[in-house]
Amino acid sequence: MKMLHQLGLATAAALFASPAMAQEAAGLDERINQAFADFTGPFVSFIFAPFPGTGFPWIVGWLVVAASVFTLYFAFVQLRFFGHAISLVKGDYSDPNDAGEVSHFQALATALSGTVGLGNIAGVAVAVGIGGPGATFWMIVAGLLGMASKFTECTLGVKYRNEYEDGTVSGGPMYYMSKGFDELGLPGGKILAVLFSIFCILGALGGGNMFQANQAHQQIAGIVGSYPGWITGLVFAAIVFMVIVGGLKSIARVTEKVVPFMGVMYVAAALVIIIMHADQIGWAFGQIFAGAFTGLGVAGGMVGALIQGFRRAAFSNEAGVGSAAIAHSAVRTKEPITEGFVSLLEPFIDTVVICTMTALVIIITQQLIVDPETGNYMLNEAGNAIATVDGNSGVSLTSAAFGSAFSWFPYVLAIAVVLFAFSTMISWSYYGLKAWTYLFGEGHTKELMFKIIFCVFVVIGAAANLGPVIDFSDAAIFAMAVVNVFALYFLMKVVRQELASYAARLKSGEIRKFGH
Amino acid sequence: MTTKIVIGLDGTETGERAIAFAKDLAGRIGTCELLVVYVIEWSPFTFQTPEENALRHKRREEEVALATSRIVTPAIEALSTAGFTAHGIVRHGDVAETLNAITVENKGTQIIVGRASADGFKKRLFGSSTQNLVMHADVPVTVVN
Repeated sequence: MKMLHQLGLATAAALFASPAMAQEAAGLDERINQAFADFTGPFVSFIFAPFPGTGFPWIVGWLVVAASVFTLYFAFVQLRFFGHAISLVKGDYSDPNDAGEVSHFQALATALSGTVGLGNIAGVAVAVGIGGPGATFWMIVAGLLGMASKFTECTLGVKYRNEYEDGTVSGGPMYYMSKGFDELGLPGGKILAVLFSIFCILGALGGGNMFQANQAHQQIAGIVGSYPGWITGLVFAAIVFMVIVGGLKSIARVTEKVVPFMGVMYVAAALVIIIMHADQIGWAFGQIFAGAFTGLGVAGGMVGALIQGFRRAAFSNEAGVGSAAIAHSAVRTKEPITEGFVSLLEPFIDTVVICTMTALVIIITQQLIVDPETGNYMLNEAGNAIATVDGNSGVSLTSAAFGSAFSWFPYVLAIAVVLFAFSTMISWSYYGLKAWTYLFGEGHTKELMFKIIFCVFVVIGAAANLGPVIDFSDAAIFAMAVVNVFALYFLMKVVRQELASYAARLKSGEIRKFGH
Repeated sequence: MTTKIVIGLDGTETGERAIAFAKDLAGRIGTCELLVVYVIEWSPFTFQTPEENALRHKRREEEVALATSRIVTPAIEALSTAGFTAHGIVRHGDVAETLNAITVENKGTQIIVGRASADGFKKRLFGSSTQNLVMHADVPVTVVN
């Protein structure tokens, strides 16, 4: 996920070029910030509250426990059906007569473009910078567990979606909450669906929009020099408007093509750097394992490494949040569970592969300073993170790590961040829209209203440092997870029935590959 | 045994020439069945927005209806009027691969397609698709100039 608002948002305070404007804007910003913070503070504090005596947010625990429960309940489905998921994505089981419908690959790629981004670039740097190399181990563990959460929610997303007469579809947690609970004779499904939809709209406008616009502006300003954020906001809003309102698909198509290319390039660059330091790969993994269980001197020791790893994995892959269930529900498959299998690849690609690559590059290029006497990592002056070469953290730490091998890479990374931000906005505009139409009904005017609101928030996000608003929006995204996981516990038996039926038919040969 | 000839169309005049050639050939063969095929270029490995995915089924139905009404049905009617037995298929996919697969499925004995038109066309039935078809088809392919 791409909501590391803590990273560098402070620099967005210098938004306006003119001193008079800046003063006026700062005054207005402060008043808005204060009023909003007072109103939403308790909610935000509740969502991100740590377990007593630890720095471990309970919401992360909620997601990790859920992922562990689903892993056990479905008997390690992420391992048993991993190969089958790849076969499905390759199209081995696709009926040629269904060609032209959304393929498993397309659904996977679309959902991934909503999650791969700042979480993989900046979030990992934060995790490793604070929790040390050991955080990588826990991040991988959380990613592997999260695969079961995605499997559960995406299977339900397809099973309970709405298919309309004109051939369009709407799906996601709000539909499986209302329809699934009704089917099982459980009360409260509609209430959960409404709650989920409200949080989804707020999350879409915040973490899926304002935060992205804000980070994109900071990346651009980092290259071309400081300039007012509203300019970036207006340009971005205009492009988003053209795509989601004007139906200018060509821009979206270009982005959707460039983003995967950037992702592949990022992983390829990381691999090259790792190969360049091949003699240190063993050492790096040694650090990851040693750090996972001893902390190697990081703040909080082993627990500190574990907290950071779990936290950033959950923030990056969105497993359990419910957003992926909306993206995957567009696939017209006769077997909803196949979409669940495909979706379990997302946390694997996002967290286990891409996040690990980032972490390895940071470790292997020795950005983190080790005390030669003890072999432990040295803390910075504040004592809250590991001291790094040049004092970098967040995006700049990743950038410095890649830059140490390829001096031009920081520029590519900046472009990648901007494109990732844009594709995330497009994805979340859709997730928010689906929640909006669930609440207010389908219809051109109603949809247009949300889309215009979405575009306005792009400008606000890029122009202002509305920390509390973004805090609230982040909290809203995780509140989606509270409602979603709660519903998943009640509906997981439906998924188990689907799994048992499918597995039996796969074993008997009733479900088999098509000859292509 | 009835000979089955597959005619690959792309909606341009090169397709017309392919039909004319097929008619001539079928007339010489005698007992002959013609299968008119239009493949809508599509790959399952492209990248799409969530909204495009949600609308995909609707678009697919529209694409099939359009190809059927504008290209395949008129061709079948023309062939039927001329006294031939003709059927039609519209399918999405890689043009060369799909045309060959349909031919094999339907036990076709040969494929007739038109050569690439000079102005470049969107469906890309010809050009590289023709080359691919000629190189990889399981049955003889005739490319009509």
